Amino acid sequence: MSEILIKDKEIVVPGENLAKGMDCLPGNGTYRDKEFIVASKLGMVNVDGRALKIIPLSGKYSPKRDDIIIGQVCDIVFSGWRVETNSAYQAMLNVRDATSEYIEKTADLTKYFNFGDYIVAKITNVTSQKLIDLTMKAPGLHKLSGGRIIKINTNKVPRVIGKQGSMVSMVKNATGCRITVGQNGLVWIDGEPENEIIAVDAVKMIEKESHISGLTERIKSFLEKSTGKKVIVGEVR
Amino acid sequence: MTRPDKRKIDETRKIEAKAGIIPRADGSAMFKIGNTIAYAAVYGPRNLYPKFLQNPQKGILRCSYNMMPFSGSGDRVRPGSSRRSREISMVTEKALMPVLNLEEYPNAVIDIFIELPQTDAGTRCAGICAASIALADAGLVMKSMVSSIAVGLVNDEPVADLSKEEEDIEGTVDIPIAVLPRTGELTLLQLDGEIKKEDLQKAIEIGKKACLKINDIQKKTLKDKYKQVNKDV
Repeated sequence: MSEILIKDKEIVVPGENLAKGMDCLPGNGTYRDKEFIVASKLGMVNVDGRALKIIPLSGKYSPKRDDIIIGQVCDIVFSGWRVETNSAYQAMLNVRDATSEYIEKTADLTKYFNFGDYIVAKITNVTSQKLIDLTMKAPGLHKLSGGRIIKINTNKVPRVIGKQGSMVSMVKNATGCRITVGQNGLVWIDGEPENEIIAVDAVKMIEKESHISGLTERIKSFLEKSTGKKVIVGEVR
Repeated sequence: MTRPDKRKIDETRKIEAKAGIIPRADGSAMFKIGNTIAYAAVYGPRNLYPKFLQNPQKGILRCSYNMMPFSGSGDRVRPGSSRRSREISMVTEKALMPVLNLEEYPNAVIDIFIELPQTDAGTRCAGICAASIALADAGLVMKSMVSSIAVGLVNDEPVADLSKEEEDIEGTVDIPIAVLPRTGELTLLQLDGEIKKEDLQKAIEIGKKACLKINDIQKKTLKDKYKQVNKDV
């Protein structure tokens, strides 16, 4: 019978033994060394029955399939666009996956996306060599114009979005801004200039204070104070 | 024979450590042992240029060890790289490489910068300890932490964590080691001087024990940074 050596939700560091015995399963961020399951990342342990995994608290974005990210066009090549992804690797957006309209082989690709343009795109594939393919052919994917981009810690993205988007909708409703959060930690905010600033501050506050309980309440009162309007929590738009 | 600063043979100098002190870096740490202070900053995995340096099979680890001009106790240290600093950068790299899974980051680079604003003795060991905390703080995949300490022979007695005073005694042997605390494997072993086989083995055993204590401090440092997360979630 195996023995779990740590508590659920405990913070562990690399090299720490998590469990002893052969009937435990090593999940993400862990590995097996003989009869031990060992942490290989700094993070919070999640014990799910016999399966152990680590939820990372820090680190750069690592591209995953089906993630929706915000990227910046950094190069235009024969077959499409190269996109900066806020990770160690650039992604490739092929001409075929860029728009639903037909693009002539000789067409000037800057007409569609120019250097420096930000786009919301979905990752269709990541190879072992970290070649990333993007697509723009899905609902909600588009080029971003206007507004501003801020960078946040990738691991805080789920907190900014909230349960079923509750957190980001609250900020949207309160400030009237349009907000898109990319899984790679880039956030696009567009609205009235003064409201944009409030939204930026709110997102930064969520990022900074995400680990202190009562976050939703604090963000709510912050938004109410700065916009001077009543904020409704939990309404998903 | 007692040591000049009245420590026990396996007693280290006072250790302090802190994680996440450089906001712009992906991971960072401070490690202080006695009067030696090391700061480490980790950047990456990130793009590697010029392109000919890229390795499509695995990522590259780059270390830079630097003593600041005012860090020594006597003369000003000449700024910039030297034969000594390049050697230490290289051994630091080799000491940390075995715990990292660089295959996960093909064509990319992980940069470690170690800066020493104040030096007494055991700078490379302090640098490795700081770099290890910084790497974990950067969220990289690591098999284990790395702990490091200098052991040696002072007045013909194996001791741990030599101070500058002890280093300067005639006949002192200085042996910096780095240990993976989980398995007890060595990733760094240098030797300066002459020593008997039995004494060397004894010294390494003392060093391994000291490294376990250092590892506890490293662990605590990282956990303290995220303590509040633990309470809440």
